Amino acid sequence: MDSAVQATRDAVEALAGEKYKYGFVTDIEADTAPKGLNEDIVRFISAKKNEPEWLLDWRLKAFRHWLEMPEPQWAKVSFPPLDYQDAYYYSAPKVGKRPESLDEIDPELRKTYEKLGIPLKEQEILAGVAVDAVFDSVSVATTFKKKLEEYGVIFCSISEAIQRCPELIRKYLGSVVPYTDNKHATLNSAVFTDGSFVYVPEGVRCPMELSTYFRINAAKTGQFERTLIIADRGSYVSYLEGCTAPMRDENQLHAAVVELVALDDAEIKYSTVQNWYPGDENGKGGIYNFVTKRGACRGRNSKISWTQVETGSAITWKYPSCILQGDNSVGEFYSIAITNNYQQADTGTKMIHLGRNTRSRIISKGISAGHGAQTYRGLVRIAAKAAGARNHTQCDSLLIGDRSAAHTVPYIETRNRTAMVEHEATTSKINDDQLFYCRQRGIAEEEAVALIVNGFCREVLQQLPMEFAVEAQKLVAISLEGSVG
Amino acid sequence: MTAMAALPISTPIPAPIVTAVAGLGAPASLADGANGWRATALRRFAACGLPTRRLEAWKYTDLSSLQGIDFQPAAADLRLADDHPLPQLADQPGHRLVFADGVLQPALSACTPAAGLDVGRLADWLSAADAAAELGAAGEPSPMVALNAALASDGLRLSTAPGIAVDRPVELVFIGGLGEAATASHPRHRIELAAGSSATLIEVHAGGGDGCYLANHVGEITIGEHARLRHVIVQTEGATAYHIASRFVSVAADGRYEAFTLTASGRLTRNEVTVSLNGPGAACVLAGAYLLRDREHCDTTTIIEHRAPHTSCREVFKGVLDGASRGVFQGRIVVHRGAQKIDGHQLSKALLLSDAAEVDQKPELEIYADDVKCSHGAAAGQLDADELFYLRSRGIPEEQARRLLIEGFLVDVFDEVTDDAVRAALFAHARRWFAAPGGPQR
Amino acid sequence: MLTIENLHVAVDGRSILSGFDLDVGPGEVHAIMGPNGSGKSTLSYVLAGRDGYDVTAGRVQLDGQDLLAMAPEERAAAGLFLAFQYPVEIPGVANATFLRQSLNAVRKARGLDELDAMQFLKSARARMKLLGMTDEMLKRSVNTGFSGGEKKRNEVLQMTLLEPRLAILDETDSGLDVDALRIVADGVNGLRAPDRSFVVITHYQRLLDYIVPDRVHILARGRIVRSGGEDLAREVERTGYADYLAPAA
Repeated sequence: MDSAVQATRDAVEALAGEKYKYGFVTDIEADTAPKGLNEDIVRFISAKKNEPEWLLDWRLKAFRHWLEMPEPQWAKVSFPPLDYQDAYYYSAPKVGKRPESLDEIDPELRKTYEKLGIPLKEQEILAGVAVDAVFDSVSVATTFKKKLEEYGVIFCSISEAIQRCPELIRKYLGSVVPYTDNKHATLNSAVFTDGSFVYVPEGVRCPMELSTYFRINAAKTGQFERTLIIADRGSYVSYLEGCTAPMRDENQLHAAVVELVALDDAEIKYSTVQNWYPGDENGKGGIYNFVTKRGACRGRNSKISWTQVETGSAITWKYPSCILQGDNSVGEFYSIAITNNYQQADTGTKMIHLGRNTRSRIISKGISAGHGAQTYRGLVRIAAKAAGARNHTQCDSLLIGDRSAAHTVPYIETRNRTAMVEHEATTSKINDDQLFYCRQRGIAEEEAVALIVNGFCREVLQQLPMEFAVEAQKLVAISLEGSVG
Repeated sequence: MTAMAALPISTPIPAPIVTAVAGLGAPASLADGANGWRATALRRFAACGLPTRRLEAWKYTDLSSLQGIDFQPAAADLRLADDHPLPQLADQPGHRLVFADGVLQPALSACTPAAGLDVGRLADWLSAADAAAELGAAGEPSPMVALNAALASDGLRLSTAPGIAVDRPVELVFIGGLGEAATASHPRHRIELAAGSSATLIEVHAGGGDGCYLANHVGEITIGEHARLRHVIVQTEGATAYHIASRFVSVAADGRYEAFTLTASGRLTRNEVTVSLNGPGAACVLAGAYLLRDREHCDTTTIIEHRAPHTSCREVFKGVLDGASRGVFQGRIVVHRGAQKIDGHQLSKALLLSDAAEVDQKPELEIYADDVKCSHGAAAGQLDADELFYLRSRGIPEEQARRLLIEGFLVDVFDEVTDDAVRAALFAHARRWFAAPGGPQR
Repeated sequence: MLTIENLHVAVDGRSILSGFDLDVGPGEVHAIMGPNGSGKSTLSYVLAGRDGYDVTAGRVQLDGQDLLAMAPEERAAAGLFLAFQYPVEIPGVANATFLRQSLNAVRKARGLDELDAMQFLKSARARMKLLGMTDEMLKRSVNTGFSGGEKKRNEVLQMTLLEPRLAILDETDSGLDVDALRIVADGVNGLRAPDRSFVVITHYQRLLDYIVPDRVHILARGRIVRSGGEDLAREVERTGYADYLAPAA
C-alpha cells in the first residue's frame, strides 16, 4: 500500500470537520511604511533594502510604466476595482537585525511557523528540506545554509542575494518576466520587498528540496515577493512553495513574480501548494492571488516542470509558463485547481515552443463546487522554427453542484508542420454511480467525494514531492467541505 | 440597387458614417439618406468599423486588407448569359436561385412549386415597410452583421408550412467576381421552418471571373419544434474573394439543424455560426472541411448555446493546409445555468502539408450547469511518415500515397452528410482540390 | 433478518415493483429468479438505497431497523452488502485505499477498532489468496480496466472483508467462465454462517448449482409469483419464464 496515500487517509480523518486552520493572526510588532503607493514608497523600499542605484532605477521605470498600464481584462473573474492607495506596501516584522541563528527569531514568529507546520527547527531540517520563510514582505529565516554552501548552492532571500551576488541579479532579474509584462507583474517589479533566490552551480544536483513558505500576516498589506531561480548547466533543483494567510474580511492583494532560468541540461521542478485564505462561505474576504510565473528553458535539453495545487484565494489569476528556447527542452504543467463557495480561478499555462524538438505536457484538473467558478486558460504556440515539437494537453473539469461553473479556453497555434499537437478536454459532473458505489461500501458522502476527487487528480498529485503530496491530498478534502448535501 | 431604391428614405446620413461604409459596397444613393433601421445599422457599424484583431472573436482573422480596396455594388441590371455555366451540387433542385455579384439572375433561376413551401426574394419582402423593422435584429452587434443590415439588398426568403417534408433541395448559387472592378454584396437570408417540417438547403458559392469581391452574407434561420434543416454549403470562391458569412440559427424543442461546410478556395473566408438550442430535445450537428493552399485563409467560428435542458450538439471540422495558408477554428460550447442533461462534443483536426502553413485552434467550453457531458479535442500535425513509407513500400507512388492518406484523414467528416448523392458531390469537390495545379505540395 | 412487505417501487413514474414481499431468516440463502425486466436489479438497488427509485408503498426491515430511512452508507454499516452486477470503475483511486477506507468506515460504525495499514494488508491478502487474486490488484485503480472476472472477484473480496449480515448478489454469475464462477461461489459459500443471510439474484439456474439456495422465488410483473425449494430453479431452467409473464388469470 502506498504510504503517501495512507498517511493522507489518516490525516484526512484527523482533520475531519476542520475549517481554514491557518486563519490565525500573529501579534508581532511590524515595521511598516505609510499607506499608499507613490515614487517615495518605491524609494523607501529600495533604501530599506540598501539596493544599488540600477535596481532603484529599474523599480522606478516599472512604477512609471505601471501608472500607464491598463488592468488585464481578459480573465473570466470579477471583482471591484483595486484601490492601490488603500494598502501598505512594506511591512516587516520588527527585529533589530537579521537573525544569525534560528534561536534569535521572534518566538511569536516561531510559533506561527510551527502552527503552519514549517520545519524550521534543526532536527526537522535533517528531514532534508531547506526553508526560506517570507513573512508579509520580508524573508525571516533561511535554514540549512551551511550544507547548501558546501555544494555551492545559494539559497537565500532575494534581498540578501542583491547584496551578495549583484551580478547574477542584474543579469537575470526581469530577464524572463520583464517589468513591462503585465499590470500585476509591473507593480511587483516596482515594490517587491522580498522573496527567494536560488542559484545552483554547474553540474550540481541540489542535495535537498528547497522550500519557501509565504505568509501574509499584517492587515491591509499587499505581498509582492519576487523569486528568481537559476539552474546552471547540468544542475537540478526541486523547489516547493507553500502559502497561507489569516482570515480577514477585506481582500488582500498578492502579486508575486517568479522567474526560472534553466541553462543547458539543467532541470527545475517547481511545486506550489497555494492555500491563501479563500474568503468565507459567502465570498467575503480572501486573497487576490495575481501571480506571474514564468520559466525560460534557455539551454539545450533543459527542463522546467510546474506543479500547482491551488485550493486557496478568493481569486486566482496565474499562468505558470515555459518558454522553450533550447533545442530538446521540455516544459511541463500539472495543475489542480479547486474553487468552492464563491472562489474564482482563472489559471493555466503557456507553452511557447521556439527550439527544435521541444516538448510540453499539460495536465489540468479543475474542480468547481458551490458557487465556485474557474477557467482553464492556456496557450500552446509552436513557432515556425520549432521543428519536431510535441505537445499533449489534457484538461478535465469536474462540477459539484448546479451553481458551479467551469470553463476551458485553450489557444493552440501551430506554425510548423512537423509538430504534433494534441489537446483534449472534458467537463462533467461528479459521477453518481461512483458515489453510490462508495456509499454502499460504507463511506460517507463527503468522504466519498474527497476520495473520488483525489482519484481524479491523481496524475497531478503524483508529481508532487512526497511531503507535499500528503498535504495536497488533505487540502483537496478540506477545500471541498460543505460541497455536498 | 433596386431594393434600396424601393425603400422609403427618411433619415439623412451624416458624412462620417457615409465615409465609414464607402468602399464597402455602399450605393451612391446612401449619401441622400436611409430609412430608420438602415440608419441604425449604419451608425452601429460606423461606431466600431471593420473588426480588428483586437476583438477576441477576430483574434486570428485580419480584415485590414479590405480597407485598401474600393468595393462598389454591382449594377442592378447585371445579367449573365442564359447559357452561363453554373456550379451546382444538387442534381435536381426543387428551387434554384442564382445571384451574380449579389444580383438575382431571373433567367437562370427556376422554381418548381411545392405544397407548403414558400420561396421568395428578400428584396420583395424588404419593400414591405413593416417587415423591414425586423432586419438587423439578429444576434450580437457584430460589425459585419451591422454592415450587412445597413447595405443588404437581396437574398433568400424561405418558409415552410407545419408538418411539410420538402423532398427536393432548395439551391442557392452565388457567382462572384464577374466584373473588372471590385464589387461587394451583402446578401441576407431568412429561413423559417415551421413545426414538424423538414427541408434541405444547398448553397454554392463560386468565383465567376478574376475580379476581386466581397460577399458578406447573413443568414437567420428559425427551426420550429420537431423541424429539421439540412444545410450544405460549398465554397469555391475566386482567388481574390473575401467571403464572410454570419449565420444565426435558433432551434426549438426536438428541432434539428445539420450543417456541412466545404471550403475549397477563396482568399479569405470566415464562416461564423451561432446556434441557439432553445427547447428540450433540440440538437445540432456542425461539420465541415477546409482545404487551403497558397495564401488562403479560412476561419471557422462556431458558438453553440445550450439554453434548455436535454439539448445536444456535435461538431467535427477537419482542415488540410498547404502553401502559406492559414486555418482558424474557434468553437465555443456554452451551457447556460439550468440547462441540465447536456451532451456537447467537438473535434477539430488539422493536417499541415507545408512548412509555411499555420493553424490556430481555440476550442472553448463555457459551462454553468453541472449535469453535463461535454468534451472537445483539437489536434494538428503532418502526414504520418510511417504510413507514407508503408504505402510506398507497396509500390504506390509518393504523390498518390499522400493523396490516399489525405483522403483517409478527411473521409470520416464527409460521413456527416446524410444524403449519398450530396456527399459524393462534395467529396468530388475535395478530389478536384487535390488534382488542381500544384496538388498538395510536399 | 430481512423483511420486505408490500413493496411498491417506481422509476420515473413507471411502476417496477408492486406488492413485493420477502422474508429471509438468519443463515438462509434465498434465490430470486426472473426474466429480464422483471425488476430484479431494481430490488437490489432499492435495498441498497440508490437515488432515482421511488418507494411509493411498503416497508423493509433489516434486523428490525427501518432500512428505507437510512442513507446508503448507514445501510452498509448496518450490514447490508450489495455485490453489483456492474461494479463501478473509479479511476485514480487505488483499490487498497478504497478497500481500507470502506472497511474502516464500516468497522468504526460498528464500534470496532479501525485497522492500520499492516493489519489491513494482512487481512486483505489472506482473503485475496483464497480468491486467486494477486497483490497487484490492490495497487490498481478500483475496478478500472479489470476483466469481468476480476471485477466480480473484487466484489466478493469486499464482501469477505466487510462481513455483512445480509449480502445481495446481483447477477454475480454474469460474465464469468466456469472456473471463475467456482472461485466466486467458493468465496460465497465460505461466508455462509448461521447469522448471515444471502439474497442471490440471477437469471439462470447455473449459479445455484454452486450456491445452493434454501428457497427459490420467481419474480415477475413486479412481485413474487411463485416460491419453492431448490427444485423450482431446475424447473424454471427447463420450462422458461413464459408461463409467468402472462397476467394472472
